[in-house]
Amino acid sequence: MANKMMIDDLNLYYGQFHALKDISLNIQEKEITAFIGPSGCGKSTLLKSLNRMNDLVEGCKITGQVTLDGTDIYRDLDVNLLRKRVGMVFQKPNPFPMSIYDNVAYGPRTHGIRSKAKLDQIVEEALRGAAIWDELKDRLKKSALGLSGGQQQRLCIARALAVKPEVLLMDEPTSALDPISTIKIEELAQELKKDYTIVMVTHNMQQATRISDKTVFFLLGEIIEAGKTDELFSMPKDKRTEDYITGRFG
Amino acid sequence: MENIQQAAKPSAMMNEAPMNHLTLSDRLKSYKRTPGSFLVMLLVVLSAVATIAALVFLILYILVNGIPYINADLFSWTYTSENCSVIPAAINTVIMAGISLLLAVPVGIGSAIYLVEYAKKGNKLVKVIRVTAETLTGIPSIVYGLFGMLFFVTALKWKFSILAGAFTLAIMILPVILRTTEEALLSVPDSYREGSFGLGAGKLRTIFKIVLPAAVPGILSGVILATGRIVGETAALIYTAGTVAKIPNSAFSSGRTLAVHMYLLANEGLHVNQAYATAVILLILVIGINALSSFIAKKISKA
Repeated sequence: MANKMMIDDLNLYYGQFHALKDISLNIQEKEITAFIGPSGCGKSTLLKSLNRMNDLVEGCKITGQVTLDGTDIYRDLDVNLLRKRVGMVFQKPNPFPMSIYDNVAYGPRTHGIRSKAKLDQIVEEALRGAAIWDELKDRLKKSALGLSGGQQQRLCIARALAVKPEVLLMDEPTSALDPISTIKIEELAQELKKDYTIVMVTHNMQQATRISDKTVFFLLGEIIEAGKTDELFSMPKDKRTEDYITGRFG
Repeated sequence: MENIQQAAKPSAMMNEAPMNHLTLSDRLKSYKRTPGSFLVMLLVVLSAVATIAALVFLILYILVNGIPYINADLFSWTYTSENCSVIPAAINTVIMAGISLLLAVPVGIGSAIYLVEYAKKGNKLVKVIRVTAETLTGIPSIVYGLFGMLFFVTALKWKFSILAGAFTLAIMILPVILRTTEEALLSVPDSYREGSFGLGAGKLRTIFKIVLPAAVPGILSGVILATGRIVGETAALIYTAGTVAKIPNSAFSSGRTLAVHMYLLANEGLHVNQAYATAVILLILVIGINALSSFIAKKISKA
């Protein structure tokens, strides 16, 4: 498998706080990579570095290199174009306070698509892609805020898919959801990896074992261990990984 | 047997008081055990009643005193001291509110957007703007009137005019609009902004398509508040827009608003009844403006 994104010697500081230390990692195309680790270990921070959401945080300083298909995303790529290619789904569902249709169409409209027919087609494709078309097709004009939490999160996935990204970043996408919605999102992620490269932060180790191909274990801003999910969970090489996945801390 | 029981059940439910429903005597009994809580309950209920009573009394008093004196004369196209027509003043009020809002709303919303969306945290300028806005809110309107007279009327030689009045009022309501818009923008969750940026939208698009529409109800309440101040203002206008009771020919003509008109009617002491009638019309005008604003707000936030 080809490397989709490569992180090379990345260091990140929030003011004086050294949040990520010498991170080097390759993210493989059309796989699910899970980031696991205790709270505050830097996994979400690294995820946000992949589409430059950290740029919005004041006092955040980043050194090193991150590439997408060999292009340096911090030096040689327009940030808005980067975020189109590397989409994001957030921890808490955050649909905009507008209709379901307008939520999904927001991205494509941002990138200059105006034709009604084209937008209709994109919205349907995106909602189908997020496995929520059948539930929502009759209420596209209704406010997205009236949906349940699980539906909102799948709508947010559809919204991210509508700009046709190459990589999808998911920041604990199921932590605010009930078990049934969680299963739906997990199944969806499995389906989506056929077409997209997925990086998912999760607090839930079972989730990582259920759906991810690769797992990366973080501790205090460092990558302790990275590898194939089944190997990392069955034969962890590092003592700290073993302690964490067997529930001795975290 | 079973049928009878089933038929009897609903009626039994109707007669029996639900067990989660406290009767008055239940409540009194529980208050006997806690007299303090009864006292507090009494006080808060009284406060609420007093608030409503003040408003109702005020409106009723104006209506009772004003409505008998509303007649066709009051709506003549031109004002004379016989008919006490409110039409020129009503038109002036609408023009005055329109121009003042047109001047103040874009500047107020613009500076609020700068404060919330663009300025870096801990920026010196932000603090200066906030302190300025707070100070401006606390200044009595007569001071604005004096300033308007010295600057717009005298220094800029605009004379007593609608324009001088509108500029003075615009400065007066600017901090109101700035502060309410700022609050409204701050209350828009950051997750909306993140969602928009995450889709590759730029700052401008995020602000205009996501943040501002979500903030419209808050911004509008500021505009309504500001409209209230414009419509109710007298002191700042007497020295800037003057007291001519005519429909203005241009922005540089003098013109009195309804509040000024009322002040003068009451002040002369000859037309107190007409002053009440004018108050009724002013009340209706204000309610009308507020209804229109919230109607527009609904349209905007739906679109």
